[in-house]
This record gives sequence, C-alpha cells and structure tokens, in this order.
Amino acid sequence: MVIGLTHYLTVAAILFTIGVFGIFVNRKNVIIILMSIELILLAVNINFVAFSTYLNEISGQIMAMFVLTVAAAEAAVGLAILVTFFRNRGDIAVDDASVMKG
Amino acid sequence: MLQGIAFYLLAATAVVSGLLVVTARNPVHSVLWLILAFFSSAGLFVLLGAEFLAMLLVVVYVGAVAVLFLFVVMMLDVDFIKLREGYARYLPLAAIVAGVLLAEMIMVSIAVVQGGAAAGLEAPGVPGPDVTNVEAIGRVLYTDYIYFFQAAGIVLLIAMIGAITLTLRHKPNIRRQNPGDQVNRDRRKSVEVKPAATGQGVSAEELL
Repeated sequence: MVIGLTHYLTVAAILFTIGVFGIFVNRKNVIIILMSIELILLAVNINFVAFSTYLNEISGQIMAMFVLTVAAAEAAVGLAILVTFFRNRGDIAVDDASVMKG
Repeated sequence: MLQGIAFYLLAATAVVSGLLVVTARNPVHSVLWLILAFFSSAGLFVLLGAEFLAMLLVVVYVGAVAVLFLFVVMMLDVDFIKLREGYARYLPLAAIVAGVLLAEMIMVSIAVVQGGAAAGLEAPGVPGPDVTNVEAIGRVLYTDYIYFFQAAGIVLLIAMIGAITLTLRHKPNIRRQNPGDQVNRDRRKSVEVKPAATGQGVSAEELL
C-alpha cells in the first residue's frame, strides 16, 4: 500500500469540492460560507505541501504558509464585516444584502 | 503499511468532518467539525514530512481562526434555522456542480501525476535528508522569500487594522481619553495668576 501523490491530490480535490458545495447549499448563512472558504484554502494547502514533498522542493511549503497567512487575515476581516453587518441589520442573511448593488 | 493506514484514517476523517461542516444544522457544531478537519489535515502534513506547517496549522487555525469563528457564532443572536431555507432547493444543483468539479480535478490530478510530476526531480539547492523541515524552511524563508515574508506581515497588519476599525464602536455616553487635548493643554489655559498685595490677604471673591 504505497501512498502516492495522487492520493493526496484526491483528498485535496474532495475537500475543495466540499467547500464549493458548502457555498452553494448555504447561500444565506455567511458564517458557513466563510468556513467553506477556509476548507477550500485548506485543500489548496494540501496540494502545495504534497507537491512540495514529492518534487523535493521546499518552496511549496513557503507558499502554503503565505496561503495560511492570507486565510487568517481573510477570516478576521470577514468576521469583522459580519459583526458590523449584524449590528446594522440585526440579521446575517446575506442573500438580500443588496444595498450596494448600485 | 502503517503509513497507508494512517493516511486513509486521516483522509477519511478530514473528508467526513469537512462534509459535516457544510451540512451540520448548528453552526457551533460546524466550527467543531472544522477544527477536526484541520487537525486531520495537520496529520496529513506530518505524513508528508511538513512538520512545521502541521504545527502552524494547529496553532493558527485551531488556536486562532476556529476560536474566532466560535466567538462570532456564539455572539450573534441569529435564528440559524431560518438561514437554512433553500437548502433542499439548491442541493441538486450543488451536487451536480460538485460532482463535475470533483471528477475534473481528480482526472487532472491523475494526468499530472502520470505526466511525471512526482518523479522526485532534484531541484538545485534542496537540502539533504539530514536537514530538518524547520531548518529547510528557515534557510529560504528569510533569504529568498524575505520580501514575501514582509508582504505577509503587511497583510496581517492591514487585516488587524481593518478588523479593529470595522468593529470598534464609540458609545455616546462614555467619556473617552482625548490625547490631543491633553497634549495641547498648557499652563496659560489652565492656571491664572492673580496679583495679591502683600499683607492684605485675599477674599473669596477675588479668587473667582
């Protein structure tokens, strides 16, 4: 039972797909949408690290670290926007948030 | 053999908990499943030999991001049942899109691997097996990738400032410190010197 690059890429693909699926089915709940985005970024990180290992090249792990940084920043700002939105509207249903549609 | 068992265990845990993140009824449970997904992915990173990134994943995601999510979910008083409206309506479309996407990505992955992606080609400057993962990262992070590292720091700083400015609220009936006023205050604005003749004393009216 040799675990190759394909195995890791498949796990990452499944996680990525679950993230996209979550965005589709939870269109109103912005908290779940943010968590789905975190799952997608996690899948990207698994891809980066798997390629980094199997190509014997450390730069993939460096890039995964930067993805992690951006994901953390995105979560912080996204949740801050969510809290502000909740204060203004008293609700977090995002599908009718069309004030800025122009 | 043991590696295979560990891989399948961790991968199955990651996938199942990821699926439960997006299908759980209670968002608090979603966050907890997300934590489990991150833990299993950290295990996968350890299997891949990226120990530093695995620990980083646990510290950053489980220690910071997931707790942040948990705080926000528990702070907001929202009817989460109402937010699940339309779940069944979007389910078929989402399943179709997800299925197509998954098939495409797995096919691309297999094609890439068969094209020789995992040939283990020796890139120049790759440290030997006697160098630990942390040391290998440390060697390049502060030399080759120093500008990326600084940029990541700026991204985090801007995110911090943004989050603070978005959520900071000035309540109207709370007195706040105003450093500008404090610094601008000087003796002429605060103290008045009244001439008082020697030996005559002062009356209360003169002082006011």
